[in-house]
Amino acid sequence: MYSFEFHRPKNIKAALRLFRKADDPIYVGGGMTLIPSMKQRLAAPTDLIDLSAVGELRGVAWGEKTLTLGAMNRHNEVVEDAQIQDRLPVLGELAASIGDNQVRNRGTLGGAIANADPAGDYPAAVVALGTRVITHQRSIAASEFFLDLFETALTPGEVIKAVEFAIPERASYAKFRHPASGYAVVGALVADYGDEVRVGITGAGPCAFRAKYIEQLLSQQLEPSAIEAVTVPDAGFISDIHASAAYRAHLVKIMVQRAVSRLLEAP
Amino acid sequence: MKIKLQVNGRQYVLKVKANSLLVTVLREDLGLTGTRVGCDTSQCGACTVHMNGRAIKACSLLAVQADETNILTIEGIGTETSLHPMQEAFRDCHGLQCGFCTPGMIMQAIDLVEHSERLDSAEIRRGIEGNLCRCTGYHNIIRAIAQAAGPKMIESVDAAAREEALQETASLREDSR
Repeated sequence: MYSFEFHRPKNIKAALRLFRKADDPIYVGGGMTLIPSMKQRLAAPTDLIDLSAVGELRGVAWGEKTLTLGAMNRHNEVVEDAQIQDRLPVLGELAASIGDNQVRNRGTLGGAIANADPAGDYPAAVVALGTRVITHQRSIAASEFFLDLFETALTPGEVIKAVEFAIPERASYAKFRHPASGYAVVGALVADYGDEVRVGITGAGPCAFRAKYIEQLLSQQLEPSAIEAVTVPDAGFISDIHASAAYRAHLVKIMVQRAVSRLLEAP
Repeated sequence: MKIKLQVNGRQYVLKVKANSLLVTVLREDLGLTGTRVGCDTSQCGACTVHMNGRAIKACSLLAVQADETNILTIEGIGTETSLHPMQEAFRDCHGLQCGFCTPGMIMQAIDLVEHSERLDSAEIRRGIEGNLCRCTGYHNIIRAIAQAAGPKMIESVDAAAREEALQETASLREDSR
């Protein structure tokens, strides 16, 4: 690992000041991607700004139909939160499927979505359940947050404070999990909002997206068979050592169907 | 940089480099070599220690990120004459062979049992996903964790394994037909 300056500000204001003053700074949440990347010298920031002491980034706030989750919530905090288990269980299930226990004890919501790994789990939740990503200076529509491979709408130095989720009537996440890494080869989050069904896909394309055509079909009839005739186009999908673009396209349909049948089975 | 760490109940003030990993500081500065470096890429879990009561991989954490925290390593959980119940269980069940993965395995297993209300063998297998063992084939590790989990276990690990083996044999027979 190259050398760097380490900072641990206590509030957002101090974090922003540190970011402005540094040559090539980067924020770190849990560091579960960043630290391994720095060890491999794939990342070499001059300044590491650790956000773990910034109290403003923590917390869980419930509205009548919303959950606002602070960016520095660790995955296992989401998994173990009794109220989330009760009112938005799909989010806990999704968080429980990330990496391994040690990783879930460190990794954070904000870090996961700022990194925008194409195979990350939280991005599926942000596009399907999210309404907005709240940063220190504005609120970004969840549907406009992910732009491309590891690319988001965040501007340099912008700090994610929280993500607001809209609570669906019911939802389910189905994931074709890579057996070694735990990442989603493809993951599908299907959420039923009564008047519409939303489908978030991760792992398939360069970033998470909503499958609008599948959403239309499922909004008419929420059954796995409703999309039986669909052929998901693989244009622009990722093709790598783990799966071809065509296989990922096939998995999109299968994962959506699995999520739908699980959602229908739920009591 | 100066950091304050509590390690196995003792307070330390240490001067570390910003890019020193926690595992390096534990092993090289404090001489606590029970915590291992296996893969050094956060895959194998041999470096697992507890930070503020939760299992983390010490090879994927900077020592400076652990400033002002409470660290527990394998050296801090029991003594030679009075082993931790998880250590006892690993010994009783022969849950180790070469022993390299064992400290990390035990630290993760303690986190798993402490933070689960009930466990079955599938959950134990899932719980130690982040820890690799190249010797045992895992079964005796699962048995050891089940023994230490005691009343939290809702099924017998051996019965579950027998059931799985029977099903596998049945499906092999089906295939060869």
